[in-house]
Amino acid sequence: MINIQGLNKHYNKNHVLKDINLNISDPGIYAILGPNGSGKTTLLKSIIGLVIPEKGDIRVNGINVQDTPLYRNEISYLPQVARFPDNLRVVEVIKLIKDIRNQEADEFQLIDLFGLEAEMKKKLGNLSGGTRQKVNMLLGFLFDTPVIILDEPTNSLDPVSLTKFKKMIFEKKQQGKIIIYTTHIMSFVEEFSDKIFLLLDGRIIFTGDLQGILKETLESSLENAIVHLVDRNGNDKIY
Amino acid sequence: MIKFIKYSFFNLIRSYWTIIYFVFFLIISSTILYFSADLTKSIVSMMNIVTVLIPLVAIIFGAIFYYNSREFTELLLAQPIKRSSLLIGQYTGLSLSLSLSFVAGVSIPFLTQGILASDHLIDFLLILMAGVCLSFSMSAIAFAIALKHEDRIRGFSIALFIWFFLAILYDGLLLILLILFKDYPTDYLAITVTILNPVDLSRVMIMLGLDISALMGQTSAVFLKFFGTLKGISISFISLLCWILIPALLIVKIARKKDF
Ligand SMILES: Nc1ncnc2c1ncn2[C@@H]1O[C@H](COP(=O)(O)OP(=O)(O)OP(=O)(O)O)[C@@H](O)[C@H]1O
Ligand SMILES: [Mg+2]
Repeated sequence: MINIQGLNKHYNKNHVLKDINLNISDPGIYAILGPNGSGKTTLLKSIIGLVIPEKGDIRVNGINVQDTPLYRNEISYLPQVARFPDNLRVVEVIKLIKDIRNQEADEFQLIDLFGLEAEMKKKLGNLSGGTRQKVNMLLGFLFDTPVIILDEPTNSLDPVSLTKFKKMIFEKKQQGKIIIYTTHIMSFVEEFSDKIFLLLDGRIIFTGDLQGILKETLESSLENAIVHLVDRNGNDKIY
Repeated sequence: MIKFIKYSFFNLIRSYWTIIYFVFFLIISSTILYFSADLTKSIVSMMNIVTVLIPLVAIIFGAIFYYNSREFTELLLAQPIKRSSLLIGQYTGLSLSLSLSFVAGVSIPFLTQGILASDHLIDFLLILMAGVCLSFSMSAIAFAIALKHEDRIRGFSIALFIWFFLAILYDGLLLILLILFKDYPTDYLAITVTILNPVDLSRVMIMLGLDISALMGQTSAVFLKFFGTLKGISISFISLLCWILIPALLIVKIARKKDF
């Protein structure tokens, strides 16, 4: 479904992604981990077509992402930071996105799930940060797509919403979707990941599942295992 | 693209700033009409305001609008749409709302003063046309600059400098140029230099319509001498359209390569 080959990206002189190769074809939950600035967001944005790759090839369903925007019909994307026009109301933003996508969508179930009924008529500029993140999340799950990409979905959600979010992820997995996400919450990864990609300084230094990473590092928790791998790869960034 | 024009337009038209901009024109043109002895003088005063202030506001609004919707643009670009249709749609929505505030704000007082029945109708329409063209042109320039420069401070500085250069500095420089070369035939120079500045072009266009040689600056006089009124107006109008089209194409070109 998603094939990345030899992807490289510089921001000016900063080499952010280095020879990334990544293949995802089976349904499941894929966690992309790595310290701040390791290139997770840049990698996800390259898949969604927001970042232009300078070298390498990114294909979704065999389609080169540079060729057409239409492959995005298959992908839902939740950005790391969500800001909306202050003037727009929540209903209006949902309507706009539905209008653009022209795809089947069931917002009512999601509005209900996140308890957003009371916020629907409010202007987005007046929402709390967490509520805005819920709207962001709602938009991310609005369409029934085979691929779901989530950049730090666990950001600023309260425990209740987090539980609901977990339930939703689980359901999506049951439905046979491909879910790719980043997070800094390791307990979440321990609970939800079929495969882990560990990024360090723009390079994938580990690919495998939870058992694999624990075994390779002989650590007992994911947190320690990652610190171990980061150290071993000669990086002293605090994680 | 129509969807994006619509959403940007309706989003902006409800904003506080658009209303202030509208009221500003309402007050300014009422005041000018009230204090000027005749319509010709009112038109000239309007021209001076339109050619200096519209570029300034359009360039500032253009940059603010782009920077403010930066993250939302990112979210929209993650949808199955083309970059160019979103950005050109947003830009068009912005220019339309600026133009509407201006046209409505100026027209109401002038209409109540019976501009329709006066022999200054054409001049008035030229002012409106110039204002609309400048709104579209300068906000496209601002959009292109903001798109190119992620750093807001730098983006704003460049945009403001361009305004200052085109609206304030340019005429002085042109004058110096014409004085330096006064021993040579400078007509072609004057025409070329004018075409290279949308602000001067709109001033020339309005001046040609007014057709009062005493009020004309040197460049308008040269346009009149070379092309006559009608052709002169057409040439300035077409050049103004280029000043919209080229920056708009620049938006598309920059957007194609940009990392969001
Ligand atoms: N638009 C940009 N222009 C210039 N540099 C950028 C840009 N976006 C990201 N970078 C740089 O690229 C590197 C990787 O950033 P990225 O956002 O991909 O990291 P990340 O792994 O998502 O980090 P975090 O965990 O903090 O979200 C960083 O050094 C960052 O400074
Ligand atoms: Mg990130």
